[in-house]
Amino acid sequence: MSASPAVAPDLTSTAWGLLAVVLQCCVLAAVSPILIGVMRQVRYRMEGRIGPGIWQPTRDLLKLARKEPLVAPGVRLQGVMPIAMTGTSLLLVALLPLMSTVTIPLVPDDLFVVVGVLLLGTVAIALLGLDSGTAFGGMGSSRHMTIAALVEPTVLVAVYALSIPVGSSALSAIVDARIAEPVSVVSPVSLLALVALIIVVVAETGRLPVDNPSTHLELTMVHEAMILEASGRDLGWVEFSSWLRLAGLLGLVANLALPWGVAQSMSIGGLAVAIVAIVVKVMLAGAGVAAVEVFLAKVRLFKVPELLAASFVMAFLAVTASYLVV
Amino acid sequence: MSVLRLARTILRIGRMAAPATDAPSETAVGDQVLTGSVQVRHVDAGSCNGCEIEIGAVFGPVYDAERYGARLVASPRHADALLVTGVVTHNMLQPLLRTVDATPKPRVVIAVGDCARDCGVFKGGYGVAGAVSDVTDVDIEVPGCPPAPDDIVAALRRVTRR
Repeated sequence: MSASPAVAPDLTSTAWGLLAVVLQCCVLAAVSPILIGVMRQVRYRMEGRIGPGIWQPTRDLLKLARKEPLVAPGVRLQGVMPIAMTGTSLLLVALLPLMSTVTIPLVPDDLFVVVGVLLLGTVAIALLGLDSGTAFGGMGSSRHMTIAALVEPTVLVAVYALSIPVGSSALSAIVDARIAEPVSVVSPVSLLALVALIIVVVAETGRLPVDNPSTHLELTMVHEAMILEASGRDLGWVEFSSWLRLAGLLGLVANLALPWGVAQSMSIGGLAVAIVAIVVKVMLAGAGVAAVEVFLAKVRLFKVPELLAASFVMAFLAVTASYLVV
Repeated sequence: MSVLRLARTILRIGRMAAPATDAPSETAVGDQVLTGSVQVRHVDAGSCNGCEIEIGAVFGPVYDAERYGARLVASPRHADALLVTGVVTHNMLQPLLRTVDATPKPRVVIAVGDCARDCGVFKGGYGVAGAVSDVTDVDIEVPGCPPAPDDIVAALRRVTRR
């Protein structure tokens, strides 16, 4: 239950680890608006539209950054929570083994820490929704927490299933083991856990069929309902943090399914390959999610627990299978 | 519709958007900040829903205003531009003014349709508080009853400058 044992905790490896983490945050931050652009563009094209191009979310962000936020009287957290959300998203991206499996010895990329950081971001946006004092904000927050309560155990159990054969709950150790033994990716344990993980990532990031990111009907909103009152710069931070979270989680799933390209030791060449690999993987995963979404409708809120229960069962079966099938 | 049928329909129809026209020649409206990205909130101040059908077409696949950087949003807090349709009725006067106040600056108000410009056929009606320009500042007016989607797209493109 610790960081990768391959790294000796000396100064050079710490410096390399820091460099990798900073680079990882920068690359993901730059890529996440483009990822959303690609996902929207895939949808536009399949709807027969031309679409504004993959740079539109970046343009939206740059514009929002230059707009003053409007804050209703009595609202206190509106300026703080968007920054807190961005902080947790950056921390999440820093912890996940997206580009390299070399970790900083002091910072654990442990599964339980990652789930904790995920939940921290969820609480931050739920507080933002509650703080606006509107009916829709509170409704969105309560729905978001309901879904989160069903999602977090599944994330834990699914990644736990993957960690049993490796003998470590560090995500980097899991990815390392998958590169060393690629056959383990298509083992029944791994497949069950990956399907469970994909379902919870879709629920966690508010994509179809759990939540419709482009809806205008307040009564069906989950994520959108919480940010209805955010404006200007604050809205920019909120959007950016949820995009970054989506990019990070898609990257994690992609790295667990296709672990190749991740840098296992520190070298400039390895990092360069890792940057290209993660960008390609995240973009392909995003395009795939967007293409599947065209065929889906949002399910009723009361059906969401059924979907998430199914994913929990798959994660549980994966854990069971990991003890039976070696 | 089954997945297979939907997939076949998508492949058969391909692109249904009308070809893009040249950028509008009229002068741009609104702040420079809004270049290339304008979020639009639609406010029905007392319309007969004729303009709403045309606005639906504007953001539909054929006219596809989103390709010029304009997108409909669900909250005035997210918006840069307000599309106001219909005469301003007494009941919608307060909500309209509050919506304008709830839109962060720099903002643009677009009055769509003859009713929003000068009350149209409803001029002098007992429920009518006035045209949009009587109650708030209007930046662009789009004439027509209802206005053609192309005219609304042209007005939006003056804001997005694309």
